[in-house]
Order: sequence, then structure tokens, then C-alpha cells
Amino acid sequence: MMEEADEVFPPLKCSDYKIAVSDSVSDGDSFVYVVKSQELSSNTEYQVERTFEDFEGLQHCLFNQEGVPGLQGIIFPPLPAKPCPSLSNSDSKSIKVLGLLAVGENWPTYCQALENYLCLITGHSILSKNPVLQRFLTQNEPLAIQRVKKGIFNWLSQAVEGLRKENHKDIDDIFQNERDNNLTLTGLTKAVTEKFTEMVLTEQRLAVACGHFSTSLQLGISQQEDQTAQEFSKMCLKLSEVIDAVQKNYESVAENNINTIGLYLELYSRYLEAEKEMLFRRTCKLVEVENANKNLEKAKAIKKATMEEMKKATDKEFKEISGMAKIEIQNFHRERVRAFQQSLMGLCVSQLNTARESCAVFTQQLSHFRELCGE
Amino acid sequence: MAAEREPPPLGDAEHTDFREVEDGEDLFVSTASTLESSPSSPEPASLPAEDLSTNSNGPKPTQILLDDDREDLFAEATEEVSLDSPEREPILSDEQSPAITPVTPTALVTPRVEPKTISVPAMFERSKEEIEEEANGDSFDVEISVSDPEKVGDGMNAYMAYKVTTKTSLSVFSRNEFVVKRRFSDFLGLHSKLATKYIHIGYIVPPAPEKSIVGMTKVKVGKEDSSSAEFVEKRRSALERYLMRTVKHPTLLQDPDVLQFLESSELPRAVSTQALSGAGILRMVNKAADAVNKMTIKMNESDAWFEEKQQQFENLDQQLRKLHASVEALVCHRKELSVNTAAFAKSAAMLGNSEDHTALSRALSQLAEVEEKIDQLHQEQAYADFYLFSELLSDYVRLITSVKGVFDQRMKTWSKWQDAQVMLQKKREAEAKLQFANKPDKLQQAKDEIKEWEGKVQQGERDFEQISKTIRKEVGRFEKERVKDFKAVIIKYLESLVQTQQQLIKYWEAFLPEAKAIA
Repeated sequence: MMEEADEVFPPLKCSDYKIAVSDSVSDGDSFVYVVKSQELSSNTEYQVERTFEDFEGLQHCLFNQEGVPGLQGIIFPPLPAKPCPSLSNSDSKSIKVLGLLAVGENWPTYCQALENYLCLITGHSILSKNPVLQRFLTQNEPLAIQRVKKGIFNWLSQAVEGLRKENHKDIDDIFQNERDNNLTLTGLTKAVTEKFTEMVLTEQRLAVACGHFSTSLQLGISQQEDQTAQEFSKMCLKLSEVIDAVQKNYESVAENNINTIGLYLELYSRYLEAEKEMLFRRTCKLVEVENANKNLEKAKAIKKATMEEMKKATDKEFKEISGMAKIEIQNFHRERVRAFQQSLMGLCVSQLNTARESCAVFTQQLSHFRELCGE
Repeated sequence: MAAEREPPPLGDAEHTDFREVEDGEDLFVSTASTLESSPSSPEPASLPAEDLSTNSNGPKPTQILLDDDREDLFAEATEEVSLDSPEREPILSDEQSPAITPVTPTALVTPRVEPKTISVPAMFERSKEEIEEEANGDSFDVEISVSDPEKVGDGMNAYMAYKVTTKTSLSVFSRNEFVVKRRFSDFLGLHSKLATKYIHIGYIVPPAPEKSIVGMTKVKVGKEDSSSAEFVEKRRSALERYLMRTVKHPTLLQDPDVLQFLESSELPRAVSTQALSGAGILRMVNKAADAVNKMTIKMNESDAWFEEKQQQFENLDQQLRKLHASVEALVCHRKELSVNTAAFAKSAAMLGNSEDHTALSRALSQLAEVEEKIDQLHQEQAYADFYLFSELLSDYVRLITSVKGVFDQRMKTWSKWQDAQVMLQKKREAEAKLQFANKPDKLQQAKDEIKEWEGKVQQGERDFEQISKTIRKEVGRFEKERVKDFKAVIIKYLESLVQTQQQLIKYWEAFLPEAKAIA
């Protein structure tokens, strides 16, 4: 399945590594993912087993990377939501939580999503240099990361204050535009993803209904000596084959949808959220800057120096973040468009192939059937 | 039930009067707009109608098909049993469609013209065979289409009028192409008449489409939404299939009621098909009586063929019902898919509109269009699923009910015969008693009664054999038709599948350059 995905939807640009993620049987508690990577420069191959917690740990390290000016201006590639192995495949709750990723046997799309995540990380000029990443990919030991409390993750999405700060007017038009666009885009992308998921689920249900129809066609076949009854049975069998082909067709169509547009939409719904969070962090910093200015103005002579220091530091941070953010935003959009194009191409090509195949199958069945009936 | 065989146009005036006899009510209704008798239609020599008209002096209802049918079947029989004899119970079918008009008082009034026409049967025999051949052979050539549903009237009295177009080269019709307007109750009326005439002698009469109070009320009230449009279309299609099935039956094709239905511009309203009419209530009562009878008749089946066949039909019934359920689920999901695809298309279009990147924006709009087109395809495919399979299956489920009904009729016929035998026995015993009691006048009466019942026993036996024979033939024909029908549908379905895929290929091929053009 991974190979197929590669053909249809070439992996996102990963600089140093070629990565593949597949799923190994869960031990009841959690899924274990097999991560194969190949360092392109040295051609060395690595294979490690990672759990979702490991991924989370990696993400945490990336968030807290030290020595990177303007770290907060980075749009962090998003991790998919945590899977719950106790819920069965395609359980409606799973689908609510994970959307498209919960569809299909063994959640191949979920593995693909993790793969994409790692590709994005390794393709990021700054993040790929994080030493933890190296360890994650090459050493088959659990990452010795401090189990972080949920609280630390929360600074990325501050709840109550968030709403107020979110609407804080920006000093830079470019950023204000970006924030507005992001809002629109996020909302629309989410809507599209929802509708898309609905559509794909219905396609799958249709395939299942075809299966039932095909089965019930075969049920009535009994040994009847009567000539017309036999003819009828033959026809039912033939029709059952046809319906099987229809079922395969729908399954293909759904699969194509998922592997191309589905994955894209799924990723970018979350990626746009990540961008939103980055912009939010910058806005928070902006508020800090403005507060620092106010404090400076209000400060009494004694405190003036400290306030001045603080202001300088905050200003510097803000500048670094904004600088980083500008680059990140550029890259983000370029990547977004490229990925969208890839997925649209992939969709088109795969659906075209499926349609051609099905057309050939149906045409053949039609001529067989005509022969059978002596037309 | 005076049904008139329509003679080919000889002279307009006579012709007019012949046309509109209905239930013997208005014997000489001359409608202004009758058949515009086209002189072009050839008079086949086989049609004995010429003889008919010479036999009668002017407009007179001549007892036609029913008799001739019987005459046909019981070549030497002197048909004593009149139409209105109490033996002839009103026949009720198990179908949901309003069954048959029970023998109405007017029928009692109708003078039955008896074996005056005995010379005719021979001719009918020949013509019937010829027509049957014509019907069964390659030259079966009747095409009926029901189209252009039009709402007539307003409010609760409104109804839909359908255009019935017949194209044929068969000789039994007076023209090659003709159009009439009919409403739903007309169809029910036709079925009702055919059922009354033919079911009890073993013919499988195609059931009429079902009534639907909800559907019709929506249409009457004028709700112009997709569901009432769908309802009308469903009904139109069902009416068309009903007529085609009816005319495919070689015997029914010749029935004057059928011919009149197809050709005559005006048709008296079939009021007795309404559920709440007097006839309707009578039907319900009789239906209950029938059910009871069915339970109490225990037949000694001497013919294994019938037993096997009944079992087979039972199995087939089960199978078809299951299939029907599966197909309905399929149709439902496909409709759902259509809705969801449309929603996706819309949201994709909205996304495209907000997209800054021009090429991407355009591609998204294109994608939205492609998905909309796919949505259309889904809808069409859903229709195909429905009209091809689902309706075919439900038609056959109801046809099988007719078949079962015919088997039941045979049972009834057998039962009648047995009852007659019992009665005969009783009469003989009574006579024997009277012999000893020495009452000469009563004795004579007893002897007469014995004679009468001997005749009835003979008749009963003949009826039974005849209905058995007819049923065998009918079942054979039915089975052949069944295979033909399903074959045709499957082929159509496959063709629709191929077409859909071809369309999809077109759409995606058109989209490809757009997708490439991004970036």
C-alpha cells in the first residue's frame, strides 16, 4: 500500500531522509509504528519502532528547541490526533476524532499521515537539525523525554485569553492579511474536509451494499431441472459478478479519494491550525511589546532602566519571530500549493485509471452476457 | 359484462354505435369523437368481424369475447351457465391494487346473446391462433408508450392524464399509430375487467400499478417538488410496463376491452375502482370470504407438476423479495452519495473562491464542476438502479401473486367440481328415497335435478381440466417472459454502467490539464 501511495502521491519534499511508516500489530495498549528511514547522503538504512507517545515526545522537543531565535515564528508540522486502539476500525467515534485517518483496515492512512509528518520535519531547514530527530529515526530505544505535563502544551493554544488576543489588531498589514486569510482558509478547509469525508464514507457504504446485493443474487440458486429456471440462475450469477465489479469500482474510487485529496485535506486542516497558532504566538508577543512600551512610559525613573531593558529584549524577540514568520509563511504557502497540486493530479490520474479499468471490465461483461443470451 | 369486439370500420355510423358499449348501460352511445376510422388499415381476412356485422341487424351488442373464449375452450359445450349465475363468484385478487369489479347489476340486465353466434367460434379459433402466432413470433410488433403526464383540474378533484401512444403493425388494430388520453383509474378499470374475465379460467393477468394515496394527494395539492415529480415518473413508467405486459399476452391482446382502452378516445369512468365505493366494500367482504375458503379447501393433488410449480413460485417469491430489499438499499445509498458529492462540490467551489493563488483557485473551481457532474452521474445511475431493477423486481413479486391467484382458482374449480359431485350424489339419494315414497310429481322433479347436476359435474370436470391446461400454458409463457425481461434489464444495466464510466473518463481527462497547470 505504501508503494501505491508513493506512485500516486509522491512523498513531500524530504531533504536528507527518505521515510516510510507502516503499522505493526498493536499489543492491545497502543499501536506500534515501524519507521524506516534512509539517509540519502550515506545510503544507510534504519528501522525503528515507535509509539505515538514517542512522536509526541519528539514534537515536544521540537517545540522547546533551544538556541533558535524566533522559534515561536515557526509553523510546526502538526501531529495527527492520538489513535485509540480500543475503538474498532471505522468506529463512528474514531472517525469523529480522526476523520479520514480512521478509515480502512489497519488505518493505512494514519500511517501515511505520520510519514508525512516526519517528512515535513526532516524537510524543515531548522527543525531537521534537532538532535532528538536523529535519535528518533536511528536509535531503537525509547526517547528519554520527560513526560511533559499537558500544561506545557497549552501555551501553544491559550484558551481564555486567546480569544481576546486573537483579535488584536496588527501593526503590520501583511501579517494582518495573513491572519485574516488564515481564518477564512481554515474554516473553509475544515468544511471541505468534512464534506469530503462524508462523501468517501458513503462511497464505502455503497460498496458494502453492492456486496450484499451480489450475495443475495447467489443465494437463490438452487438445483432446478427446469430449463427456464436454470437460465434464470445463470443470469443471476452473471449479474452477481457484475455487481462485484461495481463494488470493486466504488472501493477503488474511495481509496483514490482518500489517498490523494483526502490526505491533503486532512493534513492541511491541521497545518493551517498550526499556522494560526504561530500567528497567534506572534500576536501575543506583539501584545507583550505594546505592554512593555506602556510600562516604559509609565515607569518611574528608578525602574526606567529595567523597563528599557525589557522593552529592548521584547522588541528583539518580536523582530526575530516576525522575521522567521515571514519566511515560514512564504514556504508554507508554496508548499501548500505544491501539495494541493500533487493531490489534485493524483486524484485525477488515479480516478482516470479506475474509470478506464472499470469501463473495460463492464464492456467485457456486457459482451459476455450478450453471448450468454445468444443475442 | 358485455364487451364488444370492435369490427373494423365499415361504415361510420354503425361503427360509432358499436364502439361505446360499456357494461351494457348505454347501448347506443354515439360519441362524437370516435375513431377516425382510417380507411388505410387493412382488413385481415382472418377477422371474422365482417361476419359479425352481417349477422346483426344494426347496432346490437353481440356477446363477444368471453363467450367465444369459452366456446373456444369447450368446443361442443352448450353453454348454459349465464354470466349472472350465482356460481360465478366475484373474483378477487390478492393484490393491493383494487381488484375486479364484481358482477354489477347492469350486467344482469344485459341480454346475453346466446349461441346465435355459434358459427363464429370456428373463425375466432383460427383468427386467435393466427394472432397468437403473430404475437409470439418475430413479428410481435406493438409498442406502447405512456407519456406527458398532465395535471387536469384543481384541488382534490384533480388527476393526472397520461398520453398513451400505440405503434403497431398488427392486424388486430384498426390503425398503425394512435394516441389517447387516460387517467389512472382507467387503467385500474381495465385491469378490473380483465381480471374478472380471465383469472378464473386460469390466465395470468398482469397486475395494475398500485394506488398511492400519499403520492397522489401530493400531486393533487400541487406540491411542485422533486418527490411528487418522482412519484409521477414512477407511476408513468409503471403504467407503461403494465400495458406492455398486457399486450404481450396473446389472449389479452385481442380482448376488446384492451383494444378499446388503447384506441378509443373516450372511456367511461371506472368509478367502481375507488376504494370507498359500494363495489369497494363488496370487494373487501369478498376478499375475507375468499381467504377463509382458501384455508378450508384441501385439494387432492393428482398432478405433481402443479405441486412442484407452486413450490417453485413460493421460492422465487422469497428470492425476489430479498433481492428487492438489497436493491432498495443500493438505490438509497446512491442517492445519499449524490447528495454528499454535491455538498463536497459546493464547499470546494467556496474554497476555490477564497484562494489567492490563481491557478489553484481555477483548478479548485474545475474540481467542483467535475464533482457536480459526477453527482449527476450518481443520480442517473440511481434512477437506472431503481427503474431497471427495483421496479422490475417489485413487478415480478406482484406478478407472482397473480400466478398464485391462478393456482388458487384451479383449486376453487376443483372444489366446485367436487361439490357438484357431492350434490349429485345427494340428489340421487333423494330420488331413490322418492322412488320408495311413490310421489310421482316430486319424482320427476328429482329426476330433472339429477340431470341438471350430472351436467354440472361434467361441466366441473371439464372446467377443471381446462383450467389445468391453461395454467400449464400460461406458466410456460410466464417463465419465458421472465427470463426475457431479466435478460433485457441486465443488458440495459450493463450498458448504463459502461456509459457512466465513459463519462467519468471524459470528465477526468478534461480536468487533467487544469491540475497540471497549477504551479
